[in-house]
Amino acid sequence: MKLLEIKNLKKNFDDLEVIEDISLDVEEGQVVAIIGPSGSGKSTLLRCATLLETMDSGELIYVGEKAVTTVDGKAVYAPPKDLKRIQRYFGLVFQNFNLFPHYSVIKNITDPLISVQKKSKEEALAIGRELLKKMALSSKEDAYPYQLSGGQQQRVSIARALALNPKVLFFDEPTSALDPELTGEILKVIKQLAAEKMTMVIVTHEIAFARDLADHVIFMDGGVIVEEGSPEEVINNPQHERTKLFLSRFE
Amino acid sequence: MSWSVLLTKLSEGMLVSVEIFVLTLVFSLPLGLIVTFGRMSKNALIRNITKLYISIMRGTPLMLQLMVVYFGPYYLFGITLPRSYRFLAVIIGFVLNYAAYFAEIYRGGIESMPLGQYEAAKVLGYSKSQTFFKIILPQVIKRILPAVTNEVITLVKDTSLAFVISVSEMFTLAKAIASAQRSTIPFMVAGVFYYVFNFVVAYTMEWIEKKVSYYR
Repeated sequence: MKLLEIKNLKKNFDDLEVIEDISLDVEEGQVVAIIGPSGSGKSTLLRCATLLETMDSGELIYVGEKAVTTVDGKAVYAPPKDLKRIQRYFGLVFQNFNLFPHYSVIKNITDPLISVQKKSKEEALAIGRELLKKMALSSKEDAYPYQLSGGQQQRVSIARALALNPKVLFFDEPTSALDPELTGEILKVIKQLAAEKMTMVIVTHEIAFARDLADHVIFMDGGVIVEEGSPEEVINNPQHERTKLFLSRFE
Repeated sequence: MSWSVLLTKLSEGMLVSVEIFVLTLVFSLPLGLIVTFGRMSKNALIRNITKLYISIMRGTPLMLQLMVVYFGPYYLFGITLPRSYRFLAVIIGFVLNYAAYFAEIYRGGIESMPLGQYEAAKVLGYSKSQTFFKIILPQVIKRILPAVTNEVITLVKDTSLAFVISVSEMFTLAKAIASAQRSTIPFMVAGVFYYVFNFVVAYTMEWIEKKVSYYR
């Protein structure tokens, strides 16, 4: 079952073409890794898919429900009421966590459950505590974000996203703000989620990680998909010169 | 005039000063938030009207503004208002003036907030008003407290401007007593009163700052 369909996405910033024409599908349980140099448009693609950025034209469909369609070459967004419902299908983990600094760890996770999903305080607490346990952060329940290491903060932000029970979880360079030692603990968490068949779309610079974990790898450059396929095809046996050049820097 | 009479008189005036102070804060702090929304509005007309308002409030003396509020209704529209309007005029003048300053402090705080906080809230499904009141505003308040303290301390001293339309707050009384007694002592005492008032204000604001220092 297709959870996410992006068709012919185009996005310009003023005159600068950031995404030329991108289509991609994400199946349930699939882990898609998007790699590519800085400025290739991969973060913009993620931001368009999570409705943080508006696309110029193209289609965006979650679980068969259309968030964006295109009429006469221009993107038309679904009414706010529908977008609000569609928004619940996905979660996003940011590069720099974006935890709420004035909320404790547990409140960061439970407040969206209570304020947005209107769950009871008890139910929210139960969900929050279970996720913290899964993230090995039970002892940090009452800590504030500034008291945690970067890796711990990122795990809290993953828990916060998971609490809302999304069908697709996006990661925007989840380890780029972390030092190598802390990167490992985040990759471990993502690996665990993959083992549980969580559907994920990950923009990353961790090539080895993408190779080990992803079912499908997309290499982007200059706003287009240069090459895509299994990790075996794209990372181990790249066909395009551009992909080879990019990957050679990671050998 | 004995010390006890002087102190009693000035204390009575002090009550009026405190009243002006409290009422000004109660109304100008929320009004400032509304003004800052206008100042940051996407609608150019609303934004520019608010800009003009702030510019006039900050660009002309508060003393003159108090006179306009008090004498304006008569000179502009021929409306005669009772003497008791004096006090109301002082409050209106102070609230309008301080709201403009607070609005700019709020705006500075709001604009300093990282975009990531809005984006995280949006992806998590918070509505716009939830995002503002639950996520943004509490953090903004923490950031702007030192600037607000400055304004509040200035307000304590500004209450003395009410003398211009003869509202008998503390400084008005001190002046009257000083000229009747041909003595500068009432002024000295008034100075001590203001200092003590502000000492309490600064202490309170420091306490609030400590209260919100549980996070960074």
